[in-house]
Amino acid sequence: MLKTFKLGGVHPPENKISAEAAIETLPIPKRVYVMVTQHLGAPSVALVKKGDDVKTGQLIAKSSGFISANVHSPVTGKVFKVDDVMDQSGYRKPAIIIDAEEDSWVDGVDNSGDIIHAITLSRDQIIQRINEMGVVGLGGATFPTHVKMMIPDGKKAEYLIINGVECEPYLTSDHRLMIEKGEEILVGTSILMKALGVSKAMVGIENNKPDAIEKLTGLARNFKGISVHALKVKYPQGGEKQLIKALTGREVPSGKLPIETGCVVDNVGTAYAVYEAVQKNKPLIERVVTVTGKAAFKPSNFMVRIGTPINELVEMAGGLPENLGKVVGGGPMMGKALMSVEAPIVKGSSGILLMPVEESKRVDNKPCIRCARCVSVCPMGLEPYLLAQLSKNEIWERTETERVMDCIECGSCHYTCPAGKPLLDYIRLGKNKTGQIIRSRGKK
Amino acid sequence: MDKLLTISGSPHVHTDDSIRKIMFSVIYAMVPAMLVSVYFFGLDAIRIIAISVISCVVVEYLIQKYLINGGMTINDGSAIVTGVLLAFNVPSNLPTWIIIVGAIVSIGVAKMAFGGIGKNPFNPALVGRVFLLISFPVQMTSWPVPKPLFSNTVLDAVTGPTPLGILKEGLSAGKTVDELMAQMPGYLNELIGFQGGSLGEMSALALLLGAVFMFYKKVITWHIPVSYLLTAFVFTGILWLIDPSQYANPLFHLVTGGLIIGVFYMATDMVSTPMAPKGQIIFGIGCGVLTILIRLWGGYPEGVSFAILIMNAFAPLINTGFKPTRFGIIKPAKA
Repeated sequence: MLKTFKLGGVHPPENKISAEAAIETLPIPKRVYVMVTQHLGAPSVALVKKGDDVKTGQLIAKSSGFISANVHSPVTGKVFKVDDVMDQSGYRKPAIIIDAEEDSWVDGVDNSGDIIHAITLSRDQIIQRINEMGVVGLGGATFPTHVKMMIPDGKKAEYLIINGVECEPYLTSDHRLMIEKGEEILVGTSILMKALGVSKAMVGIENNKPDAIEKLTGLARNFKGISVHALKVKYPQGGEKQLIKALTGREVPSGKLPIETGCVVDNVGTAYAVYEAVQKNKPLIERVVTVTGKAAFKPSNFMVRIGTPINELVEMAGGLPENLGKVVGGGPMMGKALMSVEAPIVKGSSGILLMPVEESKRVDNKPCIRCARCVSVCPMGLEPYLLAQLSKNEIWERTETERVMDCIECGSCHYTCPAGKPLLDYIRLGKNKTGQIIRSRGKK
Repeated sequence: MDKLLTISGSPHVHTDDSIRKIMFSVIYAMVPAMLVSVYFFGLDAIRIIAISVISCVVVEYLIQKYLINGGMTINDGSAIVTGVLLAFNVPSNLPTWIIIVGAIVSIGVAKMAFGGIGKNPFNPALVGRVFLLISFPVQMTSWPVPKPLFSNTVLDAVTGPTPLGILKEGLSAGKTVDELMAQMPGYLNELIGFQGGSLGEMSALALLLGAVFMFYKKVITWHIPVSYLLTAFVFTGILWLIDPSQYANPLFHLVTGGLIIGVFYMATDMVSTPMAPKGQIIFGIGCGVLTILIRLWGGYPEGVSFAILIMNAFAPLINTGFKPTRFGIIKPAKA
C-alpha cells in the first residue's frame, strides 16, 4: 500500500501533457521586468536606479528584514527604469526594468556543468549563503528559505521533507527537474540537512511519476540519510501539512508551523536552488516553468530567467491560440487567472496554463443539495458549505469557531461541488475578514 | 492584446459531476425495482409510476412558473426522483387522483414551499407518502396480492396483508411468531419479491442491486445505510434472543416492508440528512431505533417512513453537534 494523507482529497484529471518535454533554456529576452518583492514577507528595497549598468547575478534589491529576501539581476544590461508594473495578481507593484545586453555574470559564479558533491561550508555559512543568494520556496509560497532553516528555540528538527509531489494537474516543472537535475537536488538536500542538523530526509513523489521515483531512488543510494517515497496520487498531497501527514503520520496542529512535528518541508526546486547557491555561488535568477494547457500548441518546460514576460514563454511554446479564454499563473487548482500575458515570471512561477474558451467559464451555480461532498473532500476536515454560507452572510464570529483559518485554499471543495458553488471564493473572503478581526484583537 | 481574458478565483477546473448526473444515477438505480414492480403488478405499476412522475414534474413546473420567481429546476431530475419514490411507496391499486394529491403534497408542500431543491428539511416523497397514509388509510393499506406476469396461477384473493401486517395483527391476537411465519412466503421469497406491499417494496434484491450502483457512482456513502441496518438488526436480534415467540427473527425485519428501500433510497437523501460522517452514523442509528420501536410497539405495522421523517427533523441539530474530524486538532502522538 502506497502512503498518502488520510482526510479528504480529490482526483482531478492529471493532464500532465508536458511530462515528456525536456527542459529547454529560453533565450534571454530583450527586456526583463524584475519585481522588487518576490517572496512572502517584508518587501525588498531596490538598490539600482535608472541608467545603472548591472551584471547577471548582481544584487539589485535588498532584503529588508528577518523574513525577507534579496533579488539579483537575471540579465546583464542597463536599468531602463524602476517603475510599477502589473504583476501576476493584477496589482501594480514596483519592478526593476532592465534592457538586456550580452550575458555576463558577476565574478565568483561557477557556471560549469560539473556537479560538486563536497559540502565545505559550515551550518551558519550555508544559511548565510542561502540568504545572500535570495533563495525562497519555489513550490509557490515563496517563503524565504534561510528563515525556515533557523529552528526556533525549544524546537528540534527531525526530518527534512523534500516535496516532489507536484499534485497540481498539468504542471511538470518539478517532474522534469527531478529527472534532469536529480543529483543536484540530492546534493541540495544534503546541504539543507546539514543546515538543519538532521540526519534523515524523505523525498515524497506521487506515483504518477515513476521515472522520477526510479531516478531519485537510484541516486539516493549514494547519499546518506535520504530516502525516496512513492505516494498514492491524491490532490492536495503537495500541501505541506498533507505531505507531512502522508510521510510521517504526524499532524501539524491547527495554527502552528510544521516544525511542531519536527519536520521542515522544502520543494525539489528549492533544493536545486540551494545547490546552485551553495555549491556554485549562483543567485536565484532562473527557474523551470511549465507552459501547458489544452490551448497550448507545444506544451513545454523552460528554464527561464526571472523577470521574463510571460508572452515570451508562450511564444516559444507555439504562441497564443485563437480560442484562448484564460491564462493561469500556476496550476489549475490553486493558480491565479492572469489579467495580462505581459506580467513577468517571478521566483514563485511554476507554470503557465493556457485554457481554451470552452474551459474558461465556470459552470452554472445551482442550489446546494447538501450532498456533503465538500465536507468529505476537505483535507482539513472543515465544512466548506457552512463556511461559505457564514462568509456570505458575514457571520464572522462563527467563521472563526468553525475554523475558517485552517483552510489551505486547495480548492477541492469548489472542484467537487456538483452544484458548481464558488465555495472557495466565499471562504477566502471569510478568511480575510476573520484574519483581520483576529489580528485587531491581538493589538488591543 | 485585444482579447479579454477570463478572470476568476481558483480552482480553474471542475468535476464533470452535476446535480443532474446525481439525480439520474438515482433514477437508473431504481430501474431494477421498477421492472420488478411491472412484473408483479403489470399495467397498474406503469400507471402509478407514470402518473406520479408526471404530476411531480408538472407541479414543480407550475409552481416555478406561476408562484415563485427563480430558475426552472425541472431539468435537474430531482422531481422525477421524488415521483418514482412516491410511486414506490403506494399500493398498486391506488386510485389515480390520490397519487396526484400525493405529488402535490410532495412537491408543493414538502419541497417548493421551503424554496425548492436543496432547501427541504424533510424528504418530499416520504412527506407525500405519510400524508396519503394518514388521509386515505384504507386505500393506502389494501395491498393487491402480487400476480407475476405470464403466470397462470389463479389467485383466491385480490388483496392481502403484508408480512409486517400479518405479524402485528397476529401478535396482538395472541398468536406466536412461529404460527404466523407459517402464513408467510419465507425469507428467500421475501428477498426476491414475493411479498405483499407497496410497488417498490416488492423485491429487496432489486433494490440492493440499485444500491450497489449508487455506491459505485458515489451517490450514497456507507454511513447511513450500514448504521441503520445494523441498528435494526441488533435491536430486533436482542429482543428475538430474549423471546423468540413474541419477537420475529432479525432477518425477517431486514427483508420485509419498506426497510431496504427506506435505508438505501430515502434515508440517504442528501438534502434532508446530516453532512458529516459521524452525524450520518448518528442519523442511521436514530432511524434504526425508531423504525423498530414503531414496528413493535407503535400503531402502524411499518415505521420506516415515520422514523426517517423524525430523524430528518434532527438533521440540523446533528450537523451542529457532530463535526467532521478536523485536521490538526488531535494532539500529535509523542515522537
